[in-house]
Amino acid sequence: MLNNPILKVENLHVNFNTYAGTVQAIRDVSFDLNKGETLAIVGESGSGKSVTTKTLMGLNAKNAAIPDNSRLLFKDRNLLDLTENEWQSVRGNEIAMIFQDPMTSLDPTMKIGMQIAEPLIKHRQMKKEDALARALELMKGVGIPNAEEHINDYPHQWSGGMRQRAVVAIALAADPEILIADEPTTALDVTIQAQILNLMKQLQEETASSIIFITHDLGVVAGMADRVAVMYAGKIVEYGTVDEIFFNPQHPYTWGLLNSMPTTDTEVGSLEAIPGTPPDLLEPPKGDAFASRNVYALAIDSKEEPPFFKVSDTHYAATWLLDERAPKVTPPEKIQKRWAHWQEIQGQEA
Amino acid sequence: MTEGTPKKLVELKDLQLYFNKGKSNEVRAIDHVSFDIYEGEVFGLVGESGSGKTTIGRTILKLYEPTAGDILFEGKDVTHLKGRRLSEFRKNAQMIFQDPQASLNGRMKVRDIIAEGIDINKLAESKADRNQKVQQLLDLVGLNKDHATRYPHEFSGGQRQRIGIARALAVDPKFIIADEPISALDVSIQAQVVNLMKELQQRHSLTYLFIAHDLSMVKYISDRIGVMHWGKLLEIGSADAVYNHPLHPYTKSLLSAIPVPDPEVEKARQHVDYDTSVETDGKKRDMIEVNPGHFVLATPEEAATYKAAQR
Repeated sequence: MLNNPILKVENLHVNFNTYAGTVQAIRDVSFDLNKGETLAIVGESGSGKSVTTKTLMGLNAKNAAIPDNSRLLFKDRNLLDLTENEWQSVRGNEIAMIFQDPMTSLDPTMKIGMQIAEPLIKHRQMKKEDALARALELMKGVGIPNAEEHINDYPHQWSGGMRQRAVVAIALAADPEILIADEPTTALDVTIQAQILNLMKQLQEETASSIIFITHDLGVVAGMADRVAVMYAGKIVEYGTVDEIFFNPQHPYTWGLLNSMPTTDTEVGSLEAIPGTPPDLLEPPKGDAFASRNVYALAIDSKEEPPFFKVSDTHYAATWLLDERAPKVTPPEKIQKRWAHWQEIQGQEA
Repeated sequence: MTEGTPKKLVELKDLQLYFNKGKSNEVRAIDHVSFDIYEGEVFGLVGESGSGKTTIGRTILKLYEPTAGDILFEGKDVTHLKGRRLSEFRKNAQMIFQDPQASLNGRMKVRDIIAEGIDINKLAESKADRNQKVQQLLDLVGLNKDHATRYPHEFSGGQRQRIGIARALAVDPKFIIADEPISALDVSIQAQVVNLMKELQQRHSLTYLFIAHDLSMVKYISDRIGVMHWGKLLEIGSADAVYNHPLHPYTKSLLSAIPVPDPEVEKARQHVDYDTSVETDGKKRDMIEVNPGHFVLATPEEAATYKAAQR
């Protein structure tokens, strides 16, 4: 699985020119996506995770400016060089997307079966009857009961969970190599969320597609991801395998995220919030963007941006705390527990 | 919770709210629900969308007229209050809404938003007094005085929710209904707002009805929890009992669906499906106290089975 990237993102910058100035939404993001893996991108709103995926789908607003040295390499092509016509053969075909809100991502005036058949007619040049037959199979595949009876339904006749299944079926219709899921379960109840996530896992095993999973819910990440990238203020601040991020986190922002989510056994009064709010990307702060909210910040954090420090072959974090000159800090207690567990896992493997 | 026998602040007795009653499209949004909220506690209400949890909150504040049943506040019947008596009641019972973007008037300054309750209830003696009260409230929720003259759009989501909290506190209520107060906020901000709410509750001895679908957050903040599904209250008990020793199959299914930020737990997690026949087979079910303070909606036979399985 390693070293088999299907997609390479290199030095991606995305700026939005607004009346108030230039918003630097993505500030130098690079990552690889391997075949058959699920990469989770975690971050808060405004961290740039959704802009990253919109860029991968060629769906950015007109005021987006991407510098020439940014590259999105997919099948020996730089996606950023594509014209709108060329994009249309990629979008929904080789790269498909599952949107957050099934209420707004389906066409209310079009029968659901037809919406699922549409990418097949468009990208696979299938006849309408054949495409509808395939749509029926897809509806069964995503677990829609009595699919025959419901192929001519309209979205408003379905519940939110069923609609999201339809959205998944549309995304899978053309058998994409990369599936981008942007908060696919945020609008759903936990029980329905569990069903949709199981469905996505099962379908991935069948089709061996790669998934980029965008979410702010670390619980979902823990269950879905092979690798995790944590984004903050338009940058990736830490990335590694799912075990490395959850049991051996190195960046104070990752610590903060892990600590600010209660689990069902979190004691009253022990929930640690990250103070402050994310920075304004109209004028990103100098140095480490997280410094002003970081109790572990060093003097250098406000002057110079930290580079990526290597933790392992698969794990990197951009924090000066990993520099050999940095003082040793003791992370929050709950992170220490995670580290201790990491030592155990490592001991077992050795 | 207070020591000794806790005092009941809010009592719901066999509350029903049916939309389109008697028609073919009748919806039983609240279906014979009874529970009490004790003074000084945080009562969490969980359930999926459409379970009726928000409707209960709104019905208590008299934003809906119940079809049948009684609502008691401090022992007095408030079910059919009107006019001045109703606004007096609403001074004691306030609401924090889910979406701070939608629940703050974008054309009003923060000062006027917060002071609206003060003005309506004539709680300020003079303009200076009013401003001072607003100031104190801003302090209380961690905003500063410059913020008073700004408009809601100038704030982040977390700050707007703080404004919503300040507005609810302005009339010095005893009881606050918080309807999904953090669902619209970012993870790192959710913890800030929940911690603030918990702190204010302890400092002002407030009573909360905390409505949410985020089960881990509800468990974290609540003393007692009620689980709702399809308009019915299925289980009620201490937060610990409901989470660690759930009785009703729906509660078990719901708990098994919570994703946990731990890859090892997640790999082992099995989602338990819920068989709805325990609600739809038409048998008569009552709230049965299986363990002290821990109730479940069941037939006597089912209650015995649940208890046996709980060990």
